[in-house]
Order: sequence, then C-alpha cells, then structure tokens
Amino acid sequence: MEHYNMNLTLKVWRQSSKQDSGRFETYPVKNISSEMSFLEMFDVLNEELIRDGKDPIAFDHDCREGICGMCSMVIDGKPHGPWKANTVCQLHMRAYNDGDTIVIEPWRANAFPVLKDLVVDRSSFDRIIQAGGYISVNTGNAVDANALPIEKDKADASFAAAACIGCGACVAACKNSSAMLFLSAKVSHLALLPQGSPERKTRVMNMVAQMDKEGFGGCTNTGACEATCPKEISLSNIARLNQEYLLASLTSE
Amino acid sequence: MLDAKIPSGPLEQKWGNYKGHCKLVNPANKRKIEVIIVGTGLAGASAAASLGELGYKVKAFCFQDSPRRAHSIAAQGGINAAKNYQNDGDSIYRLFYDTIKGGDYRAREGNVHRLAEVSANIIDQCVAQGVPFAREYGGLLSNRSFGGTQVQRTFYAAGQTGQQLLIGAYQALERQVALGNVKMYTRHEMLEIVKIDGKARGIICRNLINGELERHFGHAVLLCSGGYGNVFYLSTNAMGCNTTAIWKSHKAGAYFGNPCFTQIHPTCIPVSGDHQSKLTLMSESLRNDGRIWVPKKQGDNRKPGDIPEDERDYYLERRYPAFGNLVPRDVASRAAKERCDAGYGVGSSKQAVYLDYAVAIERYGKIEAGKQGKENVSAEEIIAMGKDVVKEKYGNLFDMYEKITGENPYEVPMRIYPAVHYTMGGLWVDYELMTTIPGLYCLGEANFSDHGANRLGASALMQGLADGYFVVPYTIGNYLADDIRTASIPTSHPAFEAAENAVKERINTMMSIKGSQTVESLHKRLGKIMWDKCGMARNAEGLKKAIAEIQQLKKEFWSDLKIPGGINEMNPELDKAGRVADFIELGELMCLDALNREESCGGHFREEHQTEEGEALRHDDKFMYVAAWEYKADHEWQLHKEVLEYEEVKPSQRSYK
Ligand SMILES: Cc1cc2nc3c(=O)[nH]c(=O)nc-3n(C[C@H](O)[C@H](O)[C@H](O)COP(=O)(O)OP(=O)(O)OC[C@H]3O[C@@H](n4cnc5c(N)ncnc54)[C@H](O)[C@@H]3O)c2cc1C
Ligand code: SF4
Ligand code: FES
Repeated sequence: MEHYNMNLTLKVWRQSSKQDSGRFETYPVKNISSEMSFLEMFDVLNEELIRDGKDPIAFDHDCREGICGMCSMVIDGKPHGPWKANTVCQLHMRAYNDGDTIVIEPWRANAFPVLKDLVVDRSSFDRIIQAGGYISVNTGNAVDANALPIEKDKADASFAAAACIGCGACVAACKNSSAMLFLSAKVSHLALLPQGSPERKTRVMNMVAQMDKEGFGGCTNTGACEATCPKEISLSNIARLNQEYLLASLTSE
Repeated sequence: MLDAKIPSGPLEQKWGNYKGHCKLVNPANKRKIEVIIVGTGLAGASAAASLGELGYKVKAFCFQDSPRRAHSIAAQGGINAAKNYQNDGDSIYRLFYDTIKGGDYRAREGNVHRLAEVSANIIDQCVAQGVPFAREYGGLLSNRSFGGTQVQRTFYAAGQTGQQLLIGAYQALERQVALGNVKMYTRHEMLEIVKIDGKARGIICRNLINGELERHFGHAVLLCSGGYGNVFYLSTNAMGCNTTAIWKSHKAGAYFGNPCFTQIHPTCIPVSGDHQSKLTLMSESLRNDGRIWVPKKQGDNRKPGDIPEDERDYYLERRYPAFGNLVPRDVASRAAKERCDAGYGVGSSKQAVYLDYAVAIERYGKIEAGKQGKENVSAEEIIAMGKDVVKEKYGNLFDMYEKITGENPYEVPMRIYPAVHYTMGGLWVDYELMTTIPGLYCLGEANFSDHGANRLGASALMQGLADGYFVVPYTIGNYLADDIRTASIPTSHPAFEAAENAVKERINTMMSIKGSQTVESLHKRLGKIMWDKCGMARNAEGLKKAIAEIQQLKKEFWSDLKIPGGINEMNPELDKAGRVADFIELGELMCLDALNREESCGGHFREEHQTEEGEALRHDDKFMYVAAWEYKADHEWQLHKEVLEYEEVKPSQRSYK
C-alpha cells in the first residue's frame, strides 16, 4: 500500500449548545497522511485550533476500533462515511485524495438533539432498552449453561443481531428518522433464543411504544438503515420485529 | 500491618465458609441503604444490576453517553471458566493453578481460588441473560484455547466476547433502572471521593454536558473505573480510559497495589506514525492458529511471500516447544522485542513481526474438504474453504486489520508488535474487595487483585464479572450490616463542601494557567517517558531518569498548560486535562514501584535480573509481597508490604519450554 500526504478542505457543523442554531465552518487541513484515521485527522485539526486560541470541534469517540458505538459523524451525507460496514473511527484517510472537500455533520434526528458540534444525545436508545430489551433473570438464578442446547444457526442469527453497537447511524440515515433497525436487532437477538421466549410479547409491545414516545419516525422500508449500518444488521430483523409485533397484538386482549 | 482478611481454613473451603458466616442485611434495611458505583463496564454494570436486584438503592456513573460503551465492550477473545465441558482435564484447581503460575506467583491464593470457583456460575448467568456464545452443531457451547494454558476453557462470541458480555450486563442494569432500583448518570465523571469520619460516604462528580459539579451520598462507594494503560498515551485502551477515580481515592488514603505491573500484549497492530492516537489489539486467540515469525536474516527486506520456509525463524516455537505460539503474553512480547531489537524486525518501521495464517488456512481447508467428503480437491479450493473457516472464527479481526493497514491478512501475513494493554496493578483491596478506606470498594481492572504480575488471556472478563455478580453482593453486606442505623447524610455536610471546593479550585487553577502546551502534547511526552523507561524492559538507571523527567513534566503541566473553552460547558479538553494531570502523578509512582522491585516477574522485567537465557528471574526471598503504596505528600509515598503466603502451590521458575 503506497502512502501519501494530502491537503483537504473540511466543512464542519459548529453548534455551541442545544439552544444555538448552528452553522457550517470551513477549515483547511494540511499534510494529512493516508495512514491516519479520520478521527486522527480531527485530532490534528483540533490541536491546531487550540494553538490558534480557537474552540476545538467536539465529537464523540472512545474505543476507536468500531465497537463502542460512540463515534457519530455524517460525512458527505453518509453516516459513518463512505466505506461499507464501517464506523467513522475506522475510516482511514486513504479513502480521500489531495484537494478533496469533505462535509461533516452530526446525526440529525428529533430524538437525537445536538449537544455540541458533532455530539448528540442518544439516551433515547437506553430508554428503549429499559422498556424491555432484556431477559428478566436475577443474578444467581441460572441453570447450567449447557442444560439448554440451542441450535447453532439460531445462536448465530441471534449473535448477528446482537452485534448492533447502538450507534444510531440507522436513524441518521433514515429520511423518517426511524429506529426500527436498532429496535429490531434487539428484539431479534432475544426472540431467537429460548431464554428470551417468555417475555416475547410484552417486550416487543413495550419497546415499540417507547420508540414512538421518543419521537422516532415510522419505517417505510427504504433500506437506507441497512446500507449504512456498520455492523450490517439485516433488514430481515425488521420483518421479524413486525411479525413479533403482530403476533403480540393479535394474542393480547 | 496490612490485613488481607483471607478466611482461615483449607483453600477450597475459604469462600464457602465466608459466605456461610458473613453478615447479612435484611431486605427492609437494604431499601434504606444507598450505594454509589463509579463505572459501568463489566465490573460496575454487573455489580449495579446485582445490588439493585438485592434491593439496595444504587446510583451508577459513567463518562460515556451510555453504560453500553464502557471499554469492556472492546474485549475480543473470550472469557475463561472451569466448566470442563471439553473433558480435557480442566478443573477449578487447574484454573486456579494456571492463574497463579501465569501471574508469576505474585497473586493471592485465596482470591484466585475463589475466582476459579465462581467462574462456572458466570457462564451460566450470561447464557441465562441471552449472551449468544459460540456453539457447536449439537447446540452446546464451544470453547477455544488461550495463552498460558493447555486446556480449552475459553468461551467466546466470535471476536466480540466483551461486547456480548457487556450487553448482557448492560441489559440487566437497564432493567434495574426501569424498576427504579438503579439511577444511572451518564456523561458524568467522578473527580473526588468524600470521606466522613474516615469512611467513604460519597463522591463529587462533574456533569460533562454542562460542567456543573454534583455531590452524591452513598453508604458505600464502589470504584469500577477500569485500567490505567493510557498512562502510556498509546495503548489498546479506549481514548477515555483513565485513572482519575482510583487516583483521587489513592490520594485520599487508599493504598495503591503493584502500580508497575503492566501487561504488554504481544499482538497489536504496529504504530504507523506520529499521528497515532491509539493502538488496536489483534486478539490473542489469533495465536491459536497463527504462527509468529521473522526472517532468519537481519534487515531482510524481501516481501514475506518471497522468504522461503527455511529462511524463517518461528522463534516462539523454537524457544518454547511445549507452548509454542501460546506462551503467556509477557513471554511472547519480550521475545518479539528481543528479535526486533536484534535487527530482525519487519515492515517499514522494523518494529514488527509476522503473524501468519497461511498454514492454518490450508489445514482448515483440508479438514473442511474432509468433512464435506470431497476428494481430488484443488489447492485453490482448499485455500478458499480454509479462508471461509478462518473468516467464521476471526472474520471481524481480519476486517479490522485490513481497515487499519489497507492490507489483506488472508493473503499476506499480518504485522504485529507488542502494545500496552492491561494493568494488573490498581487499588489494593482485601479479600472482601475493600480498599484501605472503609466503605470504599474497588472491582474489575481498577483493583490490583487476582492476576499477580501477569494476567492470562480471557481472565479479565472473568474477574470483572466475578467481582460484580458473585463477590461484592456478599462482601458488601458484611460491611453494610453495621451501617443500617446510619441515615443518609445530607450533601450539605462540610465534608462534601470541602471536597467540592477542592475540585473547583483544581479546575480553576488548570483553566487559568493559559500557557502554550496542549494537553495532548503533554500526554504524548508522558507516554514516551513511560514506554521507553517503564515499558517492556526496565532498569534502575532509566527509572531514576524517568522519575526526574516526570517531575519536570508535572511542573510544565501546571505552569504552561493551555485549555480552550470554559468551565460551565461541554469541554472535552478540560476533561482530558484532569485525567492527564492524574496520569502524570501515577506515572511517577509506577516508576518508583518498578525501581523498588529489584527482580523480574511476569510483565515486570528488570534487565538487571534475568537468567542466562534471558528469562525473568524472580527473587522470592525478597519480593514475595504485594507492594501497597500509601500516598504521603507530593512525590512522597510509604511502602507497605502484604507478604504472600503460598499454602497450596509451590512457587517455581515458570517454564513454558
Ligand atoms: C482491546 C481489548 C481487548 C480485550 N480482550 C479481552 C479478552 O478477550 N478477554 C479478557 O478477559 N479480557 C480482555 N481485555 C481486558 C478486559 O476487557 C478489561 O480488563 C475489562 O473489561 C475491564 O472491565 P472494567 O469493568 O474493570 O472496566 P471498563 O470496562 O473499562 O469500565 C470502566 C467504567 O468506568 C467508567 N469510568 C472510568 N473513570 C470514571 C470516572 N472518573 N468517573 C465516572 N466513570 C468513570 C467508564 O465510563 C466505564 O463505565 C481486553 C482489553 C482490551 C483493551
Ligand atoms: S442497527 Fe446498525 S446502525 Fe443502527 S444502531 Fe445498531 S449498529 Fe448502529
Ligand atoms: S469510537 Fe468506538 S465505535 Fe467508533
């Protein structure tokens, strides 16, 4: 892999607080190595801003290896940027060429208010989980782990859904700001396992009710969420969610 | 005298006896007792959920925007448990023994045995919560092997074990939040501990959204704030991992145990340049199937594929035939450093070795062809089938490697180099996980407890969950039973006032320096000092120099620091500054501890103390103790020794040959 350096122009969303209306500002960045990660380029820019006595750009990040779900930037209209199945912290600068202009915005959704610059409030996701995204088993209540064999394909499918990192890119990508992919991943994870079965009906009803309450939009099956999801959570989870929901509403009085 | 409060009696009965005799708090009283939990990774989330279920009033804190994002999420390889599902000779005793030996005889027998005892319950609990561990076709749980052991006892969920375990604990925690038993404070950072009459009674924390300081009371406080590997600047830890919670508590009276015991992980993606902000681990599970090598010729610049088999040095297999590529981490890391220092390193920096999957891909391909009953399969088909198997086992790790380096590890060997990964040191705790401050507990990576001088792979997840699910729910009752008459103390108490003022003053001082050096640049310099002089190999001269350099750095920090923005707003630079200030002080103590320990053991390698073959040379006669440091004043600590008594295991020189 050949390495190279580049100069770029960044247009970044700046917003000092929830109340501020926000605007784009333009920043040139120089001598960016193709080996840097996208966030490392932001580090370089922020160091410069600080040295010049300006306010650095606030953005969420922690693990920088694509697993914590903290990082969240819309890059040129795409949540997490141009690479497939990728988080912005794992995007590397070899995706860009000298002279490129890049536009960077926060997740935009009513249920994710901007706190500062590129940082948004995603606590609505936690509240959806609180509404039922768990199996009610207290510590100490468990039987031997191998007492309950689970078909490998079910376990694998459950795992694939459980791989969701709760980043919210699916919401940011959706024109309706729907949280259906996130929600369906959790419902699938638990519904596919026998342990999750007893609470299946209440879980899906309560989680969907909470999602509506948080102000997420409805799902019109455009599939933008799946295309943008860094963990390739499949749309089939939404189909399963709909089934679960239907079943639960049909059988509840 | 430090009393670890290890119960008397035979090793395998200690925990049972303890549980049978510890004091209990009745349900009505639990409802009146408040517990503060700082950190909601595996240790904190499991503790918060379990204590909430028991009926305590819990307040939990984390600095991320959700408890699901704690750095436990990043753990890849797996979690150990003495289930012996594979019938390959595992047992509680063997897990205990491997951990003691792996820790190079610097851990407490009583604690480690308890850890092995509860390990099986952890797997049961996680499966009940819906953690989707890997399974075999028969529907039963699958296991893999990990470094430092000869049995298969590691449970895993692809390369995302930590994620799945944390989501399990997080969901249990959120369930308690919904039930009103736990109140969760996200984007909050603890900055001070509050003591009243010598006991831990609360914390001061900062709301990271608006900068406000808050006071919170608790009958007891649990610190579950994770490891401090970021003292080295570059590590496999997340950017926010820090030492602040335990460091502030240390300065308030909690002893710090074995601060210099750091784990350098052998298989990480090498540094690519000055811009590097963190390092990425390639799970140790990769050493199960991958083979590590360097060219036999110094400075060999050929592409790996052009180097013939007989010109490759599989140095781990050569030096350690019994364990081969699966030697413990400290041994593997030093061996890599030795080869690179001797001029055999690869890649443009020459600070890397190869981790090669070619043989594994072929082997798996053949097995797969056999399984499918295919004959006369072409070499290409075998390779293709082998790649699929490897993809299923390690796909996410291989993808990660490719995203970072731009190279395809299915085609070319990965380049890897050791990186700081885990800190065995931490706050000193007794058998009940209580620090030297009554009512202040420490769980998970933040404490010093179970791993001695080196942690075995897949044992940190086990320890964090053991502490939170199965240990602290018992031991905390033993303390709180005497506290049921203590009414909640109002946070207008002078002790809260004083603690808050101290925090305020520290923040004001930092903000008013208005110097010229950024937090990041100072942190980088600290990291370099630590890595060069307190890293994989240490010596007295270097450590003394490091201490002087760190003291100088501290002066610069407090006289020339530049923080933008204001106090009463979201200000990540200010958050970082506070953390780096604490790292600087901790760095000095780590060097002091490393200087004091004139032996080599586990991850602590003092160049003056090695065998003729370059292996770590312990001095059990002088250093069979936990170094517990008491903070006295700036740059001044007093050493207390907890002598380690081995009743069961006979310490010997570790051999993985
Ligand atoms: C990349 C990587 C891979 C790993 N793989 C494995 C593996 O395969 N197997 C294994 O056994 N171990 C592994 N480990 C080690 C293991 O993951 C950790 O040791 C363990 O998860 C630590 O858990 P914890 O709960 O102690 O801390 P963490 O998960 O780090 O949680 C710390 C918590 O404390 C909070 N916090 C910190 N400071 C403050 C403060 N001042 N105020 C408020 N909150 C605070 C954070 O917000 C967070 O919630 C790995 C580690 C890394 C870095
Ligand atoms: S479904 Fe995908 S995009 Fe949505 S929160 Fe989960 S990981 Fe992120
Ligand atoms: S920073 Fe953790 S997923 Fe990007």
